[in-house]
Amino acid sequence: MKLLLHQLGYEQRVFWRSREAAVFIFVFPLLLYALLGSVYSDKIDGRPAEDVLLAGLIGYGAANTAFAGLAIILVGRRESGVLKRLRATPLPPAAYIVAVLLSTLVIFALQTVALVALGRLAFGASVPENPLGLMGAVVLGVACFAGLGVGAAALIRSAEGVSAVVNVIVLPMAFLSGSFGPTRDFPAFLQAIADVLPLTYYLDLVNGVYLAGDSLFADLSALAIVLGWGAAGLLVALRYFGWMPRER
Amino acid sequence: MPSAIVVRDLQKFYDGVPALHGISFEVAEGEVFGLLGPNGAGKTTTVEILEGYRQRDGGDATVLGHDPGRSPRALRERIGVVLQQSDLSPNLTVRETHLMFAGYYARPRDVDEVVELVGLGEKRDARVKTLSGGQKRRLDLGVALVGDPDLVFLDEPTTGFDPAARRSAWEMILSLRSLGKTILLTTHYLDEAQRLADRVAVIRAGQIVGLGTPSELIGEAGKTEIRYREGDRQVVMETEDPTRALHELTSAALAAGRELDHLEVRRPTLEDVYLELVGDEEEDRAG
Repeated sequence: MKLLLHQLGYEQRVFWRSREAAVFIFVFPLLLYALLGSVYSDKIDGRPAEDVLLAGLIGYGAANTAFAGLAIILVGRRESGVLKRLRATPLPPAAYIVAVLLSTLVIFALQTVALVALGRLAFGASVPENPLGLMGAVVLGVACFAGLGVGAAALIRSAEGVSAVVNVIVLPMAFLSGSFGPTRDFPAFLQAIADVLPLTYYLDLVNGVYLAGDSLFADLSALAIVLGWGAAGLLVALRYFGWMPRER
Repeated sequence: MPSAIVVRDLQKFYDGVPALHGISFEVAEGEVFGLLGPNGAGKTTTVEILEGYRQRDGGDATVLGHDPGRSPRALRERIGVVLQQSDLSPNLTVRETHLMFAGYYARPRDVDEVVELVGLGEKRDARVKTLSGGQKRRLDLGVALVGDPDLVFLDEPTTGFDPAARRSAWEMILSLRSLGKTILLTTHYLDEAQRLADRVAVIRAGQIVGLGTPSELIGEAGKTEIRYREGDRQVVMETEDPTRALHELTSAALAAGRELDHLEVRRPTLEDVYLELVGDEEEDRAG
């Protein structure tokens, strides 16, 4: 436990001091919200655009921070030998992984707070109807997308390619799932793709707790799909993730 | 003296191809042991098995009384590892980096002491990304020492160094020995092994082809070389009895009133021994 907090402290320090990571992972969703919030001023699906976009960007933030960000960090550390070196110290691997996941949770929680604050101050967005449910959704988002993130890190071989690969996944996924605006008028085949993406269901849950004041457990099938994706990613990671650089 | 490392008939295969053909050696406590060999000979494979990174496919290995294949935490408390290539977080300072690693160990050394020991006292609050290459390698060493290990693995610690940086790295390694640490060093520099190692194992194609102190290895090869010029012909004789050979040669020359031009008497260096031991392979590579 002491080791966990020790590592969490250094993970946070490393994250916030790296300007690239802080901008790409933390600021980017805020920037997109500022842009999209200025473009859409009317209603989306009968709800105020600023509220729908806020929920959408919380979802995008989960995918960007926990999936893309985590995969980039882990592949980078594996290929540069950081993980290999850690493996020779007494730090238990489980303590390290949990510290990295908790650090991701801290970042995404702060990002959610920042998004809500931006929405309130800049666009007059509503306060969350079910704040406790939103907190649960933040944890759920990290559970799902970090699971996928470590799974992706296990499959992606090169540190050069990881950024491109995860963004090719995250940006279209966010677009199709409705993070950036309404998907009602999308052609059927795009909606069919959206119907299998985890972010689609995660957004349903965030919308539910944020806008409708639902319980996080109101839509159990959406919850199950989101958790199922996370578990699938974790299984891939357990099977394929290694600590050594892939030089051989 | 008890052994820090015992390796018996160690075997490793990569995709069915043998990389280690059953090698055996022991490293005593407090000894500096050098693993010497060309690239691809099996040095790093051997070390990575002992560090707990790779599983052996046959034979036995004991490191500080533990099975490295299980890499128990109790073993990881007592070893320090300097890898050939491994980054550290560029945005932490030298002192923070040491503190982070110190936190992993039950009984770490005093962090400021370690920072001084590796000669980074003046850089303690500098970010890692601002360090020079040589300073980064010292940081690697500091991070490996911060847990106060009994055994330190150094994998090609001076590859890519300029001569001055090498010399200061050597001094640091010798100072580790004076602290009583056991050191397993891999290198492909002969002078490095000759300077630092108490004993050396020469590995070639996954087999140990020479084992002993540098002077034992040289002694085994044993032939002294005598060279001189006769007209425009270079004469080279090898002898195990240089006193007699030289005496006969010079008396004959004196009697005939000849000069032995460019007369040289040379003891073999570790390099000659090494080249003899691994020679075929080096030629294979060149061809």
